[in-house]
Amino acid sequence: MAQHQVNYGASGGLPVALTTVDKLVNWGRTNSLWVLTYGLACCAIEMMASGASRYDFDRFGVIFRASPRQSDVMIVAGTLTKKHAEFIRRLYDQMAEPKWVISMGSCANTGGMFNTYATVQGVDRVIPVDIYLPGCAPRPETLQYAVMLLQKKIRKQTIFQKQKPKRLV
Amino acid sequence: MMMRPYRPKANVQKRAYYNDRFWVAPRIPEEPVEGSPFEEDLLSLKRKFSIEKAYIQRGQMVVIINPEDNKEVLRHLKEERGYDVLSEMSAIDYLERDGTFEIFYQLLSLERSQRVRVKCRIKEGEAIESVEPIFRSADWSEREMFDMFGIKVNNHPNLKRILMPDDWVGYPLRKSYPLQGDEAAQWYEVDKIFGKEYREIIGPEQRDPAYVNPEDTCNFARIKHEVPRCADPESEPIKIEKFNDDAPLVETFDLKEAKIVNRR
Repeated sequence: MAQHQVNYGASGGLPVALTTVDKLVNWGRTNSLWVLTYGLACCAIEMMASGASRYDFDRFGVIFRASPRQSDVMIVAGTLTKKHAEFIRRLYDQMAEPKWVISMGSCANTGGMFNTYATVQGVDRVIPVDIYLPGCAPRPETLQYAVMLLQKKIRKQTIFQKQKPKRLV
Repeated sequence: MMMRPYRPKANVQKRAYYNDRFWVAPRIPEEPVEGSPFEEDLLSLKRKFSIEKAYIQRGQMVVIINPEDNKEVLRHLKEERGYDVLSEMSAIDYLERDGTFEIFYQLLSLERSQRVRVKCRIKEGEAIESVEPIFRSADWSEREMFDMFGIKVNNHPNLKRILMPDDWVGYPLRKSYPLQGDEAAQWYEVDKIFGKEYREIIGPEQRDPAYVNPEDTCNFARIKHEVPRCADPESEPIKIEKFNDDAPLVETFDLKEAKIVNRR
């Protein structure tokens, strides 16, 4: 019946690729990081620029979503005021696991120049942060680099680890 | 020919230290109202209300009135004298000086292009009548005044905080309010989200941008005494090789000579 002699042992002969489940899942996760649109201040302008055609976040699989239930990453772009702190926590809690947070810009990292009564001195007082991205405001390239670092971090994770107790901050 | 006046230049760079660091605003001269375009306005006001003081400053009339008359004075100025826009109103904290707040209303007549500022003073704890029925723009301004200074406004349709959250403690624009917040402000988000028992876990705010903890080698590096990460701060510092200033700007990469540095 066989009209062609196929050498199954040679490279490329067998239609099978070997990998691990971890690698496969992480490949999927890293290449479709859907981001919760969280523009709070001027960093949001740079975040929008990253999503627009010149820097083109889509080629990383980073697509901005307007709902916490559809997103994996929260990019906190801007100054977090104390009045807003409870809402950022609520939106973070509504995101499905696994979830990550990028704190974008000086204000989100430390409060920045707003050393005043009404500003949260760093979003890590309210939600756990994976990547701290310095700059005021960081350029789109920097945000892309932060996403690439986050991809690197995700690739190191395994999906079989025991569920750790939930970290509040 | 005029010559520039001589100033000693021996210590010219240190002059900034000797001079007053804070700019002191010059006092703007107060001119009499008589003979100005505001004379009629003032006369018609004086017929109905007791005016404490009135003068012209920077081409605007400033009228100081009794705080009980504020609504009627504004109504008179709007309906009789044509000042139809309340462009601004707020308060100034003079509690330290004489225990009062100064409340000002800035009015504009679009027809005559003239501005009048109506001022009055109230003591702390006293309330003032709302002018919202006359000028709708006073609605949010009075809420902001209540939010920032704690001045109660009588007969206001919706007197609650406008900028700060409703459960905020204190009035931020008072001179006695610390810039970095009182205790309730500093723990506001922790208390609200996690509860007071989490204060110890999360810790106080770090508000010093130049803060370096010499005991903590996990998060801080000490310049000129750099120890390995998370090592004892008194341990032997890392030897940092001297830079070779004569090296060429671009070097070819040689794998055999390259050192692999352990990432931390």
